Amino acid sequence: MNTHTNTPAVEIENLSFAYRNQNVLEDISLKVPHGSFLGLVGPNGSGKSTLIKCVLGLLTPDKGEVKLNGVPVKKFDKWSEIGFVSQKANSFNSGFPATVFEVVSMGLYGKVGLFRFLRKQHKEKVREAIAQVGMEKYAQANIGQLSGGQQQRVFIARALVSDPAILILDEPTVGVDAKSVNNFYTMLRELNNEKGMTLILVTHDIGAMSEYVTDVACLNKCLHFHGDKQVFEDNKEEMMTAMYGHEVNLLEHNHDHGHHHHHHDHDDAGREQA
Amino acid sequence: MIELLQQLTFLERGVIAGFIIGLICPVIGSFLLVRRMTIISEGLSHITLTGIAAGVFLSQSVVYLGFINPLYTGLIFSLAGSLLVEKLRQIYKHFQELAIPIILSSGIGLSAILISVTPSNTTEWFNFLFGSIVTVSLSDLGFIFSTGVIMLVLLGMFYKEMLSISFDQEFAATSGISVRKMNFLFAVLIALVISMSMKVIGILLVGAMVTLPVAASIQFAKSFRQVVLIGILIGELSVLGGVMLSIYFNIATGGMIVVTGVFLLILTMLIKKITRYASGFRLSQS
Repeated sequence: MNTHTNTPAVEIENLSFAYRNQNVLEDISLKVPHGSFLGLVGPNGSGKSTLIKCVLGLLTPDKGEVKLNGVPVKKFDKWSEIGFVSQKANSFNSGFPATVFEVVSMGLYGKVGLFRFLRKQHKEKVREAIAQVGMEKYAQANIGQLSGGQQQRVFIARALVSDPAILILDEPTVGVDAKSVNNFYTMLRELNNEKGMTLILVTHDIGAMSEYVTDVACLNKCLHFHGDKQVFEDNKEEMMTAMYGHEVNLLEHNHDHGHHHHHHDHDDAGREQA
Repeated sequence: MIELLQQLTFLERGVIAGFIIGLICPVIGSFLLVRRMTIISEGLSHITLTGIAAGVFLSQSVVYLGFINPLYTGLIFSLAGSLLVEKLRQIYKHFQELAIPIILSSGIGLSAILISVTPSNTTEWFNFLFGSIVTVSLSDLGFIFSTGVIMLVLLGMFYKEMLSISFDQEFAATSGISVRKMNFLFAVLIALVISMSMKVIGILLVGAMVTLPVAASIQFAKSFRQVVLIGILIGELSVLGGVMLSIYFNIATGGMIVVTGVFLLILTMLIKKITRYASGFRLSQS
């Protein structure tokens, strides 16, 4: 899978993006080498989701370029090599009449091609992906009737079923209980360690993710830091001030740093999507 | 094939046309259902009426256009309307439901003008509005048959892509599916299903054939596949029942098909209620 060892899995060059004349991202340059597990962190509204959408070709940046495996995203056509788990994944219409099996199959549609229905080996692949996330008991269950954590696992399976070399996850743990979050991160680490999958995890939850990732990138309109996790850990205080700016001061005023901070994030969770 | 079709009696032609419609309407209806767009069939059927009226007007008032089959002008208007709805939904991004009433009222307004300037009898319009299985001509059947085959091929080719887009547009785009092309194709398919159904069911009732069978099937379906398959079953039963009743009582076919569909819908609701009650009873017993 890892054939382009010299070219980075994802390369972002001088990328800028504005929404209604407001700069959301300014001059971002970032290389994600194959086999790394990058935690992309930043406060709400820092442009994390926008950056990911540019990487996936869902948004076109005003300046700069994104390359996937060395290919400009506009010309990129091997989408089965990219797995994506969206933040919005669990805001689908819960009445949608689809089974877990049908939803996971959707991850193969780009690979199977026109006119061809899923063959035996495809169905086997779908079953494997469902088992990988521990949902085999629910293969024929209706997606809308599962819990938030279970749905999230199904969406991971949908992203994994095409054997992607790069897996991008945008706030995948929103609305998932704490215990499932840890299991979930453990699974991601295994994918990274054992399969050599390149992972990009977007999150505002800095505490939980830093145990698992290899690299960290801090984003708030500009890229404030990108490098090894250890360096990030050693300079955490500085990073936080640089990234969160006055927001941190405001929180200190409350003498309830961690707790309040957490709340604030959740209140804002919906707004970032706009 | 054509020779075979020519040998058919008018009744056989009508029944075949009915079964093709009973098969395809619920398939398109299933996609419209999960996209929450079933109402689009109402808007498009009214703009199709404008096309029919234009066709009748042209064939009667311009001598060398006498050959025009209004079904084809209906199809052209239906296609244009379907693409306009897509466009309007983009323009009114936050008020997408505006698209249908705009198209619908424009359609009726234009139809009223065209019908009033065309010298023709009321029975003809009655047939267009409410359907008539006995007036399915050979050329009509050819139209229904060929659009039916085209639609089945397109649906077979793009079933997966359309399901993926209906469920999660963003993910579909990142799995390499062109959302724009698929939405365009879908608009074409909706236009085709409306214009092919109207001869038998009637313009005012086409929406029912797209909606009623899937409204019934969604009550039982556990998967999307089942929505489609149970929908087809109920669609065909509605056609069969409706055609038989309309021949027997000499009543407008479209009306009879729709009433049969409504009857089946109520029946499925009752069955669902009874089975739920029964399983609740069993639970309380154990």
